[in-house]
Amino acid sequence: MYNFECDVAIVGGGPAGLSAAVAAKKEGAKRVLVIERDESIGGILQQCIHPGFGLTYFKEELTGPEYAGRFAAEAVELGVEFLLNSMVLEVNEKENTVICVNKEYGMTEVKASSVILAMGCRERTRANIMIPGSRPAGVYTAGSAQRLVNRQNQLVGKKVVILGSGDIGMIMARRMTLEGAEVLAVIELMDFLAGLTRNKVQCLDDFDIPLYLSHTITKIDGYQRVKGIYFAQVDENKKPIKETEQYIECDTLLLSVGLLPENELTRKAGIEINPITNGPKVNQYMQTSAEGVFACGNVVHVNDLVDNVSVESMKAGKFAAQYAMGTLPKTQKIVQNISGENVRYLCPHSLSVAEENEKVSLYFRVLHPDNKVTIRVKSGDQIISSKKAQRVNPGEMEHIEFNTSDVAGDNVVVEVVKEA
Amino acid sequence: MKKEIICTVCPMGCRITVEGEGENIISVTGNICKRGEVYASAEFCHPVRILTTTIKTDNEKTPLVPVRSEKPLPKEKVMDCMEVIRKQVAKTPIAMYDVLVENICDTGINIVATGAVK
Repeated sequence: MYNFECDVAIVGGGPAGLSAAVAAKKEGAKRVLVIERDESIGGILQQCIHPGFGLTYFKEELTGPEYAGRFAAEAVELGVEFLLNSMVLEVNEKENTVICVNKEYGMTEVKASSVILAMGCRERTRANIMIPGSRPAGVYTAGSAQRLVNRQNQLVGKKVVILGSGDIGMIMARRMTLEGAEVLAVIELMDFLAGLTRNKVQCLDDFDIPLYLSHTITKIDGYQRVKGIYFAQVDENKKPIKETEQYIECDTLLLSVGLLPENELTRKAGIEINPITNGPKVNQYMQTSAEGVFACGNVVHVNDLVDNVSVESMKAGKFAAQYAMGTLPKTQKIVQNISGENVRYLCPHSLSVAEENEKVSLYFRVLHPDNKVTIRVKSGDQIISSKKAQRVNPGEMEHIEFNTSDVAGDNVVVEVVKEA
Repeated sequence: MKKEIICTVCPMGCRITVEGEGENIISVTGNICKRGEVYASAEFCHPVRILTTTIKTDNEKTPLVPVRSEKPLPKEKVMDCMEVIRKQVAKTPIAMYDVLVENICDTGINIVATGAVK
């Protein structure tokens, strides 16, 4: 078996892995290795050729390849090493080794002082949502179609229906239209848009693509290739109303029905997973339940902005480098972060409080939309941090900062309450 | 003429009604901030969009290079620009921000690469 040694090994060369690699190098880690299964670095951003990235991090509007390109260039300049075309099979959390396989070296064992998991997420498929009907060719997840159209020069169909009004689905509606396909409908189960209003205006309205809210696909028609789809309106229990069923003739169905963190390696390593986010539990250092293994980006929780992924991943990179060098602050007590009123989950899930004060940010999503609210952090009977928000929405991640020195007891509660 | 415009400046998505003729705006209503008024007025007179797409390359391994319009283009020219772009084959190597189509459809705007191909 081929052997490789480094200080920090990173699984995944997308935006999370690249930001983590840059930060680990800057913190002083000598050898930083990124292991990537694709033939090039940049991850999913390489196929996200549309604009809208970098508005908060770079304060300018970039396309996906431009955003990834900036981090890739910095990583190369800092001397980060890359193992491309390499599929990681196993992460051993006891010895901090990563087993991967590639054409050049065969089985490869990477021995590291710390490991960062940055595998990102994958799309929910037809199997995840169980659409009835036969199983013809022509059913793609929106992201697969995006890769085929934007990187491999393969237009996946001519007459297209899209299920799900997530951003990727709407962006693909525009993309397919620009490439000469006809997008006949975007169908959404919920009674509201899943993605950003901006994308509805610029991707659907600009091209007169109809959006059907509170509708779902009831059957896929076609034996070898998709011939059409049946769809119907749903009632308040999300059950299709038979009388409203309609048929659309099409040759392609794209699915934009949500993302799932890709944690096969994490689960295999026995690392604790949070059941709400489906990602590893982490503390403010982005350290998992295995102390030498860190995690960042969409593998931890699905983000709406890559800018947030970069910020979070830089923490993982910095602290994984400190762990590798033996300079990570010593934990004096562990504090659990608890979701209070109108908070679906918190990330990080716990805090490792050290002697010296640290300013920490907790990221979270609300359960339901609200306006004119106060976001506050409670520790014991004290409110240790609070801020006002004009409006909150489950689709947009929020965050709040506080000092670890203000924490009394062994938990903090974050809640979003209506202003008095 | 009256036109309803959904504001895309922030996630509020205000429904703004603009009344006017050509460049002449009589009223803007429904917005809750100044930015909405500016956006809706521009969208009423001269709607523009950044165009992002791909151009074929002469490299078999990397058959496409992502591109964008350097600046937002007039919305009504987007499909004409696609016609021009579809006929292009870019010579490799291509560096980030190389100009691949100059002054597309006489808009004065260039189409540039947003990726590199060896």
